[in-house]
Amino acid sequence: MRVAGTHRELGRRLVLAVPYVWLLVFFLAPLLIVGKISLSESRLGIPPYEPLIDWAQSGLAMVKVSLNNYVLLFEDDLYVQAYIQSLTIAGISTFLCLLIGYPMALGIARAPEKARGPLLLLVIVPFWTSFLIRVYSWMSILRDEGILNHALMAVGLIDEPLIILNTDWAVYVGIVYSYLPFMVLPLYASLEKLDPSLLEAAADLGARPVRAFIAVTLPLSLPGIVAGSMLVFVPAVGEYVIPSLLGGGDTQMLGKALWDVFAQTRDWPAASALAMAMLAALVLPIALFQRLQTRLEEEENR
Amino acid sequence: MSLAVRPEREIRPPAIQIRGVEKRFGDATAVDGIDLDIQEGEFFSLLGPSGCGKTTLLRMMAGFEMPTAGAVLIAGADMTAVPPYERPVNMMFQSYALFPHMNVADNVAFGLRQDGVAKSEIAGRVAEALDLVQMGDFAKRKPHQMSGGQRQRVALARCLVKRPKVVLLDEPLSALDKKLREKTQFELVNIQEKVGITFVMVTHDQEEAMTMSTRIAVMNAGRILQVGRPHEIYEYPTSRMVADFIGIANFFTGTVESSAGGVVTFRAQGIDAPLTVAGDLAPGSAAAVMVRPEKIQMGREAAIGVDNSVSGVVKEIAYLGDVSIYHVRLDSGLVVLVTNANLRHAAEPAVTWEDRVHLSWHSGNAVVLP
Repeated sequence: MRVAGTHRELGRRLVLAVPYVWLLVFFLAPLLIVGKISLSESRLGIPPYEPLIDWAQSGLAMVKVSLNNYVLLFEDDLYVQAYIQSLTIAGISTFLCLLIGYPMALGIARAPEKARGPLLLLVIVPFWTSFLIRVYSWMSILRDEGILNHALMAVGLIDEPLIILNTDWAVYVGIVYSYLPFMVLPLYASLEKLDPSLLEAAADLGARPVRAFIAVTLPLSLPGIVAGSMLVFVPAVGEYVIPSLLGGGDTQMLGKALWDVFAQTRDWPAASALAMAMLAALVLPIALFQRLQTRLEEEENR
Repeated sequence: MSLAVRPEREIRPPAIQIRGVEKRFGDATAVDGIDLDIQEGEFFSLLGPSGCGKTTLLRMMAGFEMPTAGAVLIAGADMTAVPPYERPVNMMFQSYALFPHMNVADNVAFGLRQDGVAKSEIAGRVAEALDLVQMGDFAKRKPHQMSGGQRQRVALARCLVKRPKVVLLDEPLSALDKKLREKTQFELVNIQEKVGITFVMVTHDQEEAMTMSTRIAVMNAGRILQVGRPHEIYEYPTSRMVADFIGIANFFTGTVESSAGGVVTFRAQGIDAPLTVAGDLAPGSAAAVMVRPEKIQMGREAAIGVDNSVSGVVKEIAYLGDVSIYHVRLDSGLVVLVTNANLRHAAEPAVTWEDRVHLSWHSGNAVVLP
């Protein structure tokens, strides 16, 4: 028995070790390297940054830590703008996803049981095509000479093409389209769990459908709203592909700024500092979300 | 089987009138043409096996289902097309359906807030309703912090606080364990008598219906088989189905030989001597005589001067503590169930396995059913 117990213990640790090792090697280690680079000065050469620790001839180690890159983030208008724009675009996109996704999720959750599977499948189907290809297709839809403008002009709604591509509008379209499933799925999960007799009870007690929705459905789907919003907001802040392909010259989001600094300016330390700052900006909402999630789960399990 | 009968009430105008109501879901018929009047102040039960349409009927009273045909009147007003939020009825759900994100006081206040009752009045009425169900100390608790019995009380308070014309109860006690259920049955009746509101309860538990109700409607396959006071349903069923569904029944099938002066002489299969039973049926018609097991006397000696008498051998005895059920096989192979109260402590049972016994019953204690 004892031997079996130790074996089981060993097995448990092994299973636990896999994700931890994975995170250590592919997340924590790179993060520390980026953190290290963000503290050094940039220079011309390979690698394009000064070493953090300088071994002087006497055998003394000189540690050169520079916070210049971080100071630069707040001084350079370009970065500050990128921050504000990233958060704004991600925030508005999240809100739009919620606005479109909530009725979708509610509709699927209230659909006859047989229809729910196919409807959910339709939400996930876009994932079968590469993300990049889908964003490229939006380019041909939104172009001045694209499908959308042709259709609108053919119907006679507009006389000259709308300029959508290479503006913030196109970025919103791209982000909302790409991230909508991440909003719908958690919303559906929490709405589907909702006991229909709660809504009947609300109606029975005198609440009209709109009141019942506000007083019962909405608060009880809060975990889904929070989860969906996080799943859209967090990756949208760092989104690179969509603003580069669909956005214009003045769409300056963090992901794009980061790439510009890294690849074009070749200022690795500044790019690293930017990455670290982006991470810090996202940790707070994620931590809040985790706390709320744990609290709600505790309530449910009791 | 409890035979306690609740006192009769004076007849007042109907709280609920069901007029030729039908409900079909696609091809399936849940409720198949029901007419029913429920009087004000009644504790009325819809009793039947699952799938008999009793819950659908209740949900049509609440407004959650629309009848395919017919009308539902509440306190004299046609409510057939009125949505639930405008009906003067409140329902207690089988799952209680308490709002999990609100505390007890907010749950109870919910209905009053929908009606725009003044804040100052709400607090008082919520406290009053919670005191009525003895949950006054739990106002700040959330539903998940309470036991099933406590939730049940809160759900009742939430129904009563709006002072509805009718309270609808969907299997209100089914989620409670047996002991608590029996205790709660009486509490529920006491509260109903105190507030004087009409209660309509759906249940599949006949003892529950018998204990609590002023009247019972026995339902099967979307129809009402019989409506009556608990003792009427039990002692004078009008159909074999009702007799079979309520309590235990012995049936002797056969034909009516003669009928005179309210007494029927009956020729039963497997019994040599003719049976006599109170009733009135045309001679020659096929029927069944029903006798409840506790109405049958059992003894080793043949009783003298009785209306009906048969003899057989005891094959099984089910000892239930308060009573024992004897399975007596007649010479023809027919098995008759007899219950005897175990009046004396332990002691030697008077009758045991393989004993030959004589059974007898008074003709007034049997019913002849077409």
